[in-house]
Amino acid sequence: MLLKKLSEVSGVSSDETEVRNLIRETIEDKVDRLWTDVMGNLIAVKGEKKEGKKVLLSAHMDEVGLMITGIENNGLLNFRPVGSIDKRSLVSKPVLVGDNKIKGVIGSKAIHLQKKSERKNPIPWSSLYIDIGTTSKKESQKKINLGDYATFNTEFKKLGDNYVKGKAFDDRVGCSLMIDLLEYDYDFPLYLVFSVQEEVGLRGAGRAAYEIDPDLALILESTAASDVPETEEYGYSTSLDDGPALTVIDNSIISDKEILQSLIDISKNNDIPYQIKRSNKGGTDAGEISLTKEGIPSAVISLPARYIHSPVSLASLKDYDNLKKLTKLYLQNFKEGEF
Amino acid sequence: MDNKELLKTLSETNGISGYENNLADIVKEIFDPYSDRISRDSLGNLTATKWADIEQENTIDLMLAAHMDEIGLMVKNIDEDGFIKFTNIGGVDPRTLIAQEVIIHGEEETMGIIGAKPPHLLSNKEKSKTLDLHELYIDTSYNQEEVKEIVSIGDMITLKRDFMDLNNNHVSGKALDDRAGIVMLYECFKELSYLKTKVNVHAVATVQEEVGVRGASTSTYSIDPDIGIAVDVCHGDMPGVENDLVVDMNKGPAIAFGPHVHQDIFNKMKEIAEDIGIPYQIEPWPHPGGTDAWAIQIAKSGVASALISIPLRYMHTSVETISMDDVNSGGKLLAQFIARIDSEFVEGLQCY
Repeated sequence: MLLKKLSEVSGVSSDETEVRNLIRETIEDKVDRLWTDVMGNLIAVKGEKKEGKKVLLSAHMDEVGLMITGIENNGLLNFRPVGSIDKRSLVSKPVLVGDNKIKGVIGSKAIHLQKKSERKNPIPWSSLYIDIGTTSKKESQKKINLGDYATFNTEFKKLGDNYVKGKAFDDRVGCSLMIDLLEYDYDFPLYLVFSVQEEVGLRGAGRAAYEIDPDLALILESTAASDVPETEEYGYSTSLDDGPALTVIDNSIISDKEILQSLIDISKNNDIPYQIKRSNKGGTDAGEISLTKEGIPSAVISLPARYIHSPVSLASLKDYDNLKKLTKLYLQNFKEGEF
Repeated sequence: MDNKELLKTLSETNGISGYENNLADIVKEIFDPYSDRISRDSLGNLTATKWADIEQENTIDLMLAAHMDEIGLMVKNIDEDGFIKFTNIGGVDPRTLIAQEVIIHGEEETMGIIGAKPPHLLSNKEKSKTLDLHELYIDTSYNQEEVKEIVSIGDMITLKRDFMDLNNNHVSGKALDDRAGIVMLYECFKELSYLKTKVNVHAVATVQEEVGVRGASTSTYSIDPDIGIAVDVCHGDMPGVENDLVVDMNKGPAIAFGPHVHQDIFNKMKEIAEDIGIPYQIEPWPHPGGTDAWAIQIAKSGVASALISIPLRYMHTSVETISMDDVNSGGKLLAQFIARIDSEFVEGLQCY
């Protein structure tokens, strides 16, 4: 399963090499042209010579993760987050550090040794460490460089018939969907951007959009599903199994209304479930892409996933298939002059 | 000009974000002998350009950026007793302002003191809390009428601080963030006059960094460089800070590593530093924000960027402290890096 491979490779923001190589290998023969830009975005085009306007699909390759920022005298590694991570989710998780994927664990003071006040507060970044089994600063320095990235060491697995769990679903599911969509033919030049550095400020995709200058952009993302016990139903941003989530508005974009309506119409006409993302929070590459040059009509379609930005997330394959179907139909029904 | 002498001049010259003209005049003058062209853009960025010594088939443009603006204050109100209330421009720590001398840039330059109630008169409760910006005021000794003749709402206020020479070639003063960066660019240009380059070098003294890295955005757009390197300050080691967030003083400039740094440039700089024995440190930056490199990297279709930082203690106070040795080493490293750039290296920057 491609999604398993995509989920298990490492690619913290600006260190996307493994993901890029995997995708490059996978799509090389399915596109007309493939290149990287100075940011590290992987850009591909299918049907480059076709008449018609340029459509851009974009998903980001990078994931949130950690960076080694210091080494203690006893060999333990200090780290800080790359992208937004809830530090409460880190304690007692296995990680892989650096290009050599050195195994480590994020430990914490045993509950027996904690003061009462400590038990009540999340452990601050400065008190969290990665233990790779070394016993001195010198030994760690031989294996680790300051600035090395660390990712969660999480296995991808199917749960029952319909669900999958793994790390980095945000946004390897988008990458996987884009690759799937290459199976079909379209009436226009289709540009794919596998972008970098989304998690540290939407920094990659906009640069590729500047180069490509497309007429329309669809961003395939993973969004937080919050249909979980601690949330009241009205507070669910999206729910698992309710279909692809369409963004009306978030912190980065107000989706193009014509594209949005068209996506809704196609869903209804083809009995594809869809949901509107209820939260207006968060941001995606769509924000940067839509503001490129004179502006590019853009919309976001997301796969709901629970527990994103943590070491493990959970998503529905039914949603995945529906998202794929919806996007495919949208692209295939695309009419000249629709935008 | 001697680097320390230049830093003294730059530090003691005033130029809050958006009001950098005095600085631009000096920067222009000192870069002139080492540059082929000096220009200023509509936002106020000053660019000193040195054309390549060895012409290339495809020209290579390299941009260096250090910001010339400083944080400061602005007049908000003049009360009936002539005391001046103020607001901040950029990230000012109100706790550092008490008993600070300032200069108000009104009709004429006016001295003032930021006063506070003496400890004798403080209640126990007052003693245990810090003062907010809105609780502070400037005393010029003039009454309201006299103040209003020379000071208007909206006037800029700068911190007054004479530049100081400390031990070990350390120096202290205001606005070393990022005037020390400009001195590093100057040192680089001096070095370049002995070297042969294949690249056009554009040294930009940027404006409005402290209010949101604005000058770097527009200057990068117009220069459209192949490589852009920001030079700024980072936190030097001192008591009470978390070790992994600071670098050491006096152990060389810090080469930043992180999302805003192209790994090829990082590796090459490190390699050169080791080759020719320039001291350096590595500064891991998990998040790319906070310097001109943020803006440079994402101009147009993206720019291969890097960041060199000068370790500095007490950032955003009037006693910012650095080591001149770190500045000088940084300038040499930049020049050596520039001298080794060719089209092959630049083409490689797009290959991942």
